[in-house]
Amino acid sequence: MAVPKRKTSKSKRDKRRTHDKISGPELVECPECGEAKLPHHACLECGDYKGQNVLDKEED
Amino acid sequence: MRHRKAGVKLGRNSSHRKAMFRNMVTSLFKYNRIRTTDAKAKELRGWADRIVTLAKRGDLHARRQALSIIREQAVVHRLFDEATDRFGGIEGGYTRIVKLGRRPGDAAPMSMIELVAGDKTRTPKPSKAKTAEAPKAPAVTPAAPEAADAAPEASDDSVDAAAAETTAVPGPEAADDTTKSAAPEASAAPEAEEAPAPEPTGEEAPETETKTEEK
Repeated sequence: MAVPKRKTSKSKRDKRRTHDKISGPELVECPECGEAKLPHHACLECGDYKGQNVLDKEED
Repeated sequence: MRHRKAGVKLGRNSSHRKAMFRNMVTSLFKYNRIRTTDAKAKELRGWADRIVTLAKRGDLHARRQALSIIREQAVVHRLFDEATDRFGGIEGGYTRIVKLGRRPGDAAPMSMIELVAGDKTRTPKPSKAKTAEAPKAPAVTPAAPEAADAAPEASDDSVDAAAAETTAVPGPEAADDTTKSAAPEASAAPEAEEAPAPEPTGEEAPETETKTEEK
């Protein structure tokens, strides 16, 4: 059976893992209140989506 | 293969699914907007459109067909009374879905689904006129004077319309209730996920207050 000749060094292992990055969520700025929000979602800060208050939030 | 198999199963058998959507469509017409998962909201559109079509037909047979789906008689009769006023100018697509992000607990993507013609207090108008007016209206109501200056074309009656809109539509608590009533069999394990998740609005209320103070 084929078997590794050498233990994978820390360097080699870590280099392999450079592509295993995790990225944060894509965010856009809410046009109403300027808070970060998910694209194509209602803004959870002000409840606004496409100019309509969809969450019955208090206006501030 | 899934060829020519429309609809979603949602991990339920057909009787369970049918019972759930009957509950949900009842809640939708009772409260005008409800909060649920993306998948359920998308499937619920078809149910809602079917009921509105029946209501617009408005004859006795249609009424009986609607009564066989919707669980509360009063909801059916109210809808049939208002159907032509509310939905007469619209042909299909009687609901609107807005994504709300993920639910804490199981990270299920949540949506708010509402009837396009929200309430009888709102004047029935074609959807074009509504979308033209509505985006401007909320921009005026925030206490941001720049916003008011930036949108001088928003007339006074549009502000009134916005005020009427916010008062007329039931609050998030009402939407919460609907998710509850959409799951009377809450003891059943898959239905338990229908139980209202921790309300994000309550948690964020103090946060927004502090932010306005900072500003």
